[in-house]
Amino acid sequence: MAAEAAPASGTTPGERHAIGIAFGNSNSSIAYTTVEDKADVIANEDGDRQIPSILSYVDGEEYNGQQAKQQLIRNSKNTVAYFRDFLGQDFKSLDPTHCHASAHPQEHNGTIAFTIQDKEEGEPSVVTISEVTTRHLKRLVQSASDFTGKQVNSAVLTVPTNFSEKQKAALTKAANDAGLEVLQLISEPIASLLAYDARAEAKVADKIVVVADLGGTRSDVAVIASRGGMYTILATAHDYEFAGAQLDKVLQDHFAKEFIKWNTTDPRENARSLAKLKLEAEATKKALSIGTNANFSVESLAEGIDFASTINRLRYETIARKIFDGFNRLIEGVVKKAGLDVLEIDEVILSGGTSHTPKIASNMSAIFPSTTTILAPSTTPTAINPSELQARGAALQASLIQEYEKEDIEQSTHPAVTTVKHLTNAIGVMTITGDIDKGLFTPIIAAETAVPARRTIHIATPKEGGDVLIKIVEGGSHIKVSKPEPKPKTNGDKKGDDDSDDSDVSDSDDEPEDVREKVWKVGTVLAEAAIKGVKKGGKIEVMINVAGDLAVTVTCREVGGKGGVRGNVSAP
Amino acid sequence: MATHTQVNLPLPVLPDNWSGEKDFKPIGKLSAATQRSIEPVGPHFLAHARRARHKRTFSEDDRIQAQENVKKVEDDDSGEISEPEDPMMLSRDAKDWKSQDHYAVLGLSKYRYKATEEQIKRAHRKKVLRHHPDKKAAAGSTEDDSFFKCIQKATEILLDPVKRRQFDSVDEHADVEPPTKKQLKDGKYYKLWSNVFKSEGRFSRIQPVPKFGDENSNKEDVDTFYNFFYNFDSWRSFEYQDEDVPDDNENRDQKRHMERKNNNARKKKKTEDSARLRKLVDDAMAGDERIKRFRQEANASKNKKRLEKEAAEKKALDDAKAAKEAEAKASKEAEEKAKSEREQGKKAKEAAKAAVKKNRRVLKGSVKDANYFVSGDAPASVIDAVLNDVELVQGKIDADETAALAGKLNGLKIADEIKGVWSAEVKRLVSAGKVKDGDVKSLA
Ligand SMILES: Nc1ncnc2c1ncn2[C@@H]1O[C@H](COP(=O)(O)OP(=O)(O)O)[C@@H](O)[C@H]1O
Ligand SMILES: [Mg+2]
Repeated sequence: MAAEAAPASGTTPGERHAIGIAFGNSNSSIAYTTVEDKADVIANEDGDRQIPSILSYVDGEEYNGQQAKQQLIRNSKNTVAYFRDFLGQDFKSLDPTHCHASAHPQEHNGTIAFTIQDKEEGEPSVVTISEVTTRHLKRLVQSASDFTGKQVNSAVLTVPTNFSEKQKAALTKAANDAGLEVLQLISEPIASLLAYDARAEAKVADKIVVVADLGGTRSDVAVIASRGGMYTILATAHDYEFAGAQLDKVLQDHFAKEFIKWNTTDPRENARSLAKLKLEAEATKKALSIGTNANFSVESLAEGIDFASTINRLRYETIARKIFDGFNRLIEGVVKKAGLDVLEIDEVILSGGTSHTPKIASNMSAIFPSTTTILAPSTTPTAINPSELQARGAALQASLIQEYEKEDIEQSTHPAVTTVKHLTNAIGVMTITGDIDKGLFTPIIAAETAVPARRTIHIATPKEGGDVLIKIVEGGSHIKVSKPEPKPKTNGDKKGDDDSDDSDVSDSDDEPEDVREKVWKVGTVLAEAAIKGVKKGGKIEVMINVAGDLAVTVTCREVGGKGGVRGNVSAP
Repeated sequence: MATHTQVNLPLPVLPDNWSGEKDFKPIGKLSAATQRSIEPVGPHFLAHARRARHKRTFSEDDRIQAQENVKKVEDDDSGEISEPEDPMMLSRDAKDWKSQDHYAVLGLSKYRYKATEEQIKRAHRKKVLRHHPDKKAAAGSTEDDSFFKCIQKATEILLDPVKRRQFDSVDEHADVEPPTKKQLKDGKYYKLWSNVFKSEGRFSRIQPVPKFGDENSNKEDVDTFYNFFYNFDSWRSFEYQDEDVPDDNENRDQKRHMERKNNNARKKKKTEDSARLRKLVDDAMAGDERIKRFRQEANASKNKKRLEKEAAEKKALDDAKAAKEAEAKASKEAEEKAKSEREQGKKAKEAAKAAVKKNRRVLKGSVKDANYFVSGDAPASVIDAVLNDVELVQGKIDADETAALAGKLNGLKIADEIKGVWSAEVKRLVSAGKVKDGDVKSLA
């Protein structure tokens, strides 16, 4: 990672004071780890933990965060917003849509820049995207330093999974210019997953996790295989059509139409009115995540007319249904893209500001089976604030690696270390069920586990003990779809007075949904082993060890017994 | 992981004939693995990195090598959707969105109803990058955002599943015209019709749609195909071609009128579409050699069945006839036999009758020989009485007894001897209860 050149100051591990930074296209947040190794998100001087990634200049004075966001109304030309995704991009390949109501990006000497009046006097300056980013990061570093009482000089930053090397290099440079040593850039969804996995109550488990990061201008979803605490991204999807801004737009249009009903002007046709409408729509949207009713009120919305109204959550969910459906399709689509079925997803982490929306979480509960844990504030009381996940994850990673020499970090994150073979199928053992002839596959190591890997399980033996067979096989899973057993007709509870309702209900019952279940298909037999003379009620421990070259070592023994069997299956 | 996963289903019992060196038997090998990148994040990764590095350092070459075979998870945003933009299209006005080809606007003409949502989003982004008014302004052209609005409209429609179906319903560019007779002459019947039905299949509520197949398709598949298309459940609808309904409160009546008109038009088009599809299926079927072949095969097998049936019927008939003849023969034989038996019986009877007559003459002669048991000329009354009694006795005895009696009387000339025989017989009859004592006084 040549791009991550050490900053001029050349920090050594002992001098480091590191934080985690989630620098989003809409918002940024900063986090540090406490002495107990807990990650906490830092509030800036305005008391905000979600700091809008916006800079604004009024009379030469720089405003950042929420204060800068307010400037979108009166001072939009000198306000730079939604710029993160422009870093390291060609002008040709940037989407200026979200900058419509703020400083417009322009091509400048092969890079992207904004023309803003950032000094009290004189001509407006052309400020490059790199410089804008540096200024923003400086503000974040300042807030963190003020909070912790020590100058922050290094950080782990989060980036989208589709950030190119060029984008990463640009971000690193901008950070270096802000006096930050970039310890590492880590993927946003991985940071969110790490934040959850670092909780004291979390156990290391093999699981498939979907991280849906629903932000302001984009939604990013990743399917991650989490195996023994190591993470592999199986598929991703990025969406710029369905995100928080579209939800704001729905409310914006709703209230604009209501305004037009009583007045003649459309507030969307005037830039300043539109900016007010937008800001208030977002505030109303956020209020609807908590309450079932929310106010919308803007002083002098258009032509000096004040406007106040309310909306309830149900109405909001109805008018925004298309956007919610879009999220659903996006998430279902990426699961499919990973070659998986919703039945195979163990956890869904809802991350990003938009994930506060209760309807999105309840849609997830409907899409995924009840065995899938949906981690969102409205479905799981112990869920972590979705807006804080990435910064927390970054802070945790920072505290993990800040002791290492830069050189060591670079070598450890080298592709020669990160690129490894992953098992195509699960490896497991055959057990018996009521039907003696039909063995049942019991997985020991899951598919998509990086090798080398080792797993151990304890298995029961027949009641009387004796000699047992341990058959080690590969197993593939697939989804079996079957028609449910026809329900026995219920005639009992039909009452005379609500006949019509009753028949409606039974109509919809007529087509029961297919039953879908995950079933194992036994593949290649790898090896067989015998354990003889097992005690009554004894258990067998089976340990499978897969080497980096896919050679397999099987070790079996009676739990608490002596000796055992050990054998090798050579590499393919 | 200190605690191990516990499995409660038991292991199987070791089969009797199982054997393995040191109780272990390697059999197969692991399937090929996928190269992927693990994320260099978290405490467990650190442990992995430590193990993997063992104080070794890696060079840029190692990096390139390691990344070569990695399975890609991020899509390449470049390429794929690149279609030349028609200048006519670029000068379109977004107000005429109804007549706009939304797929062409996004550069997805090749894909149409087949374009995935992800493709549409990516195509949209690409077009935005090129046609955003800010970009145009930067390039020095006048700030004309009409095509940009076309792009937005196209995206709005194609990303809304309901609106997209309405548009796809009337997207003629995705239609595949049925082959003409001339085209079919080139012998591409299956390929041409396949394409037609592949395109028609897009309207099916039930997916996947059975394939048209080729000359080698079996009867079952071909039947399934035609049944499917004859019972086609289509989501196609025609609201996209509605005439605009006035959007003000003033013209309520006119509005209602327009709505009704539109509704009727939709219904009519839907009916016409069903008829069109039905005709298409009819046409395809009419030229379908497979159907002819199946019919011939069916006929052949039907003929075979008929012949078999006829043969069976004939055989049954023949068998019945033979059986009847055999029966007739048997009954005739039986009859003849019975007849001869009867005849023989008649002779015996006649002989017996003759014997009885002869014996009876002996009996009557005996009493005449005995001069009716009187001396001198016997008066008529005596003769009568004696002959009466003889007849009475005769009536009580059968042929054998008659013969026996005649045997005893035969040759006797002396009246007393004759009388003795008669009285003995009468006594026998009386004791046998056949004759009452005193009924045959003259012979007692
Ligand atoms: N409580 C909330 N309820 C609903 N939406 C919210 C809430 N808080 C923030 N948001 C929305 O989340 C979006 C910002 O999410 P964030 O993850 O910070 O964005 P980004 O990743 O683009 O920087 C905005 O659209 C904002 O309105
Ligand atoms: Mg984000």
